[in-house]
Amino acid sequence: MYRSQKLSLRYFGAAVALFGVMIVFGLLSALYYLHPSLLFDVFNFSTSKTLHIDTLVIWLLMGFLGAVYWYLPKELGREVEGMWLAELMFWIFCIAVAIVAAVFIFVQYGSSNEFTLWFINQGRKYVEAPRWATIGIVAVMAVFAYNVVATCIKAHKMTGIMWVLVIDLVPLLVVYLDAFPAITNMSVDLYWWWWLVHMWVESTWEVLIGCVMALVLMDVMGTSRRIVEAWLYIEVMLVLGAGILGLGHHYFWIGTPEYWLSIGGFFSALEPLPLLGMVVHAIYDAGTHRMKTTNRPAFYWITAEAFGNFIGAGIWGFMMTLPQINLFSHGTQWTVSHGHFAFWGAYACGVIAVLYVAKQQVSGVNFLDGRAWKWGFGLLNLGMIGMVMGLLLAGMAQAFFGRAIGGSTLMAFTTASENPWFVSGIYARFFFGVIFAAGYVVLVYDLLTAPKHLPMPQATPEPA
Amino acid sequence: MKPEATGSGTIAARLDLQDPLFWRAGAVSVTLVMIVVLAFLSVDSMRVISVGGRNVPNYDVINYRIGYQFDWSRKMDVPVIGGAQPLFGKTVTEAEATALMDKGKLVIQSRNCMNCHTIFGNGAYYGPDLTKSWLDPAWSQIWMPMTGKATREDAMVEFLMHPDKYPTWTRQMPNLNISEDEARATVAYLKWLSAIDTNGFPANFGKANTSR
Ligand code: HEC
Ligand code: HEM
Ligand code: HEM
Repeated sequence: MYRSQKLSLRYFGAAVALFGVMIVFGLLSALYYLHPSLLFDVFNFSTSKTLHIDTLVIWLLMGFLGAVYWYLPKELGREVEGMWLAELMFWIFCIAVAIVAAVFIFVQYGSSNEFTLWFINQGRKYVEAPRWATIGIVAVMAVFAYNVVATCIKAHKMTGIMWVLVIDLVPLLVVYLDAFPAITNMSVDLYWWWWLVHMWVESTWEVLIGCVMALVLMDVMGTSRRIVEAWLYIEVMLVLGAGILGLGHHYFWIGTPEYWLSIGGFFSALEPLPLLGMVVHAIYDAGTHRMKTTNRPAFYWITAEAFGNFIGAGIWGFMMTLPQINLFSHGTQWTVSHGHFAFWGAYACGVIAVLYVAKQQVSGVNFLDGRAWKWGFGLLNLGMIGMVMGLLLAGMAQAFFGRAIGGSTLMAFTTASENPWFVSGIYARFFFGVIFAAGYVVLVYDLLTAPKHLPMPQATPEPA
Repeated sequence: MKPEATGSGTIAARLDLQDPLFWRAGAVSVTLVMIVVLAFLSVDSMRVISVGGRNVPNYDVINYRIGYQFDWSRKMDVPVIGGAQPLFGKTVTEAEATALMDKGKLVIQSRNCMNCHTIFGNGAYYGPDLTKSWLDPAWSQIWMPMTGKATREDAMVEFLMHPDKYPTWTRQMPNLNISEDEARATVAYLKWLSAIDTNGFPANFGKANTSR
């Protein structure tokens, strides 16, 4: 095992732990909707929710870093350059996350000055972390980029996947710089904020996970490099071709010119295409290999990634991406429904697939299967689908009663929030959230228990 | 050059979609074109959304009455700036207004309001959207009587400083230790926000007669 793969395992461990923290704060956030007086004035919804979405971003980022550190030496056939720096950065990353979390929990907010922005909370959704920590994340990603590029140079080798990855590192870093400014004009603030949020989740991360999935496919299914690379380029072309201007679907209502209604509507309506392509790709591969794989859990999680990405991001996003609908669905639990389904399908499932790839190699079995992973898979996906359906119901009730009929005032908001459809959706989210949490426990248990040595099914591709 | 895939005759094979170099050229060119288009649109958008641009009024708009009415030619609700109506009864200069706005925005960031509320529908969904909060009938119908204040802005200041004393329903806003200066700046910010042209979001604001 390469040294960088040992680092991967550390990143995976941290990612899974933060995934757990995220679920705890997700359940807590959901509980405020059911018991509004919970911890009132002591630990408010805003704090709990901030922790929920920030740990989300961080655990996925850690999962990606882990995945790349895992595959980089395999892909290039040599140890990663600058490992000591990468190892140092891992600890800096963890310590920074712990400090930020502690400050969020115990200090929560500050008064209106620069000190707060530097050391307590920046109060911009998803990038609430104070500026010092943001600098830390930039440093972590810069070292990561250095590792990747330097290893390619030292290895005198570039594969198609590596090219895509290396170029993708540029926007990954550049748009993150958007996490610093505090612009007074809210329209301009949100304009650039969306470059970060949309360009990360709907473009650069999508490309990054495309690279990771390409590597996993070659690994667990033995798909040929030529096919995988052709698909990767097609995905990149469609994801960026539609996604860059698809950014416009966030520029409908923030003060931006009216032409964004048509540009955003049109291009974002095309965004599901590449995601559909990935589903076709997965089915095609599964068909050519007759579903034979050396790593069944990884295979199932990649398939879940392809379908989840298409349905959660593609279909759920498409539902509300046209301005005529978005005018009413915008900023309701409908958005939350899509946000959960998309992040889960597009990224979380992919990261979990890589966790199983790593588990197989660490435990040294030729064929990975068993029973517990199926329970984890089933409970997590059932929990997620249940939550998403509940939220869709709640969000539609808000769009209809709060927005279209009610006219969006405080009174309309309250009325919609007391509507029985909304309330049942909110209960469903909590109930299925608990099921999801149970699935997480099984997942962790399964990842940590040594697998049985099973006989290899016949006619499988060579294990990686 | 056939790959080892056994599924011969698949769509991908027939259309010769398997040459990576072809797709690489496609990916690079499409991406570059899109980035260039986005750059142009962003430059244009910045003109429109800068303070004093077509959609975003100057900060001293807080000296005027602000309304929100349906515009038949654009087929959407648009803000209407009316006659003088100075905030807290005091006309401010553009510089004073800017200072208030800088402060107000800092209050909003430092208290993490956006992880309960939305502005222009962006944020979190636990509390009501604040885009048109300045125009919310709740101020005159609920909070002016409740706080015993004579004006909307005074009621807003009182509410922001002690939200836990004036709940209207079970889901309440917590006390965030907002000082009087901070509350006034925030109210100014909310008034300015309501004057931004948001392409008709939220629709029909305050036009429905909902009662609980
Ligand atoms: C913990 C969540 C939370 C946080 C944080 C929060 N609010 Fe609120 N806010 C609420 C809730 C809930 C209501 C509805 C209160 C009611 O009706 O009794 C509300 C109501 C309001 C209203 C009245 C809305 C209207 O249009 O009628 C304004 C204005 C407001 N908040 C501004 C702010 C500002 C400014 C901040 C940040 C300094 C902030 N809130 C932070 C939860 C929050
Ligand atoms: C136990 C499971 C979970 C529960 C109970 C839960 C609950 C919540 C709640 C209550 C919110 C706040 C919504 C609001 O502002 O009103 C939220 C936001 C969010 N959660 Fe979760 N969550 C869970 C798991 C997840 C998972 C697994 C993911 C991603 C993979 C995720 C991603 C998000 C995102 C992206 C947001 C922000 C959405 C938006 O504002 O539109 N959550 N969650
Ligand atoms: C990997 C892919 C995707 C992820 C992870 C994702 C995630 C999210 C999240 C978290 C939000 C809420 C943002 C917020 O906090 O305000 C959001 C909003 C939105 N997404 Fe996606 N999304 C993805 C793809 C797509 C696609 C393909 C479409 C369209 C076809 C789409 C359409 C939308 C729209 C219209 C909104 C705005 C919702 C609103 O008006 O409130 N998304 N997305």
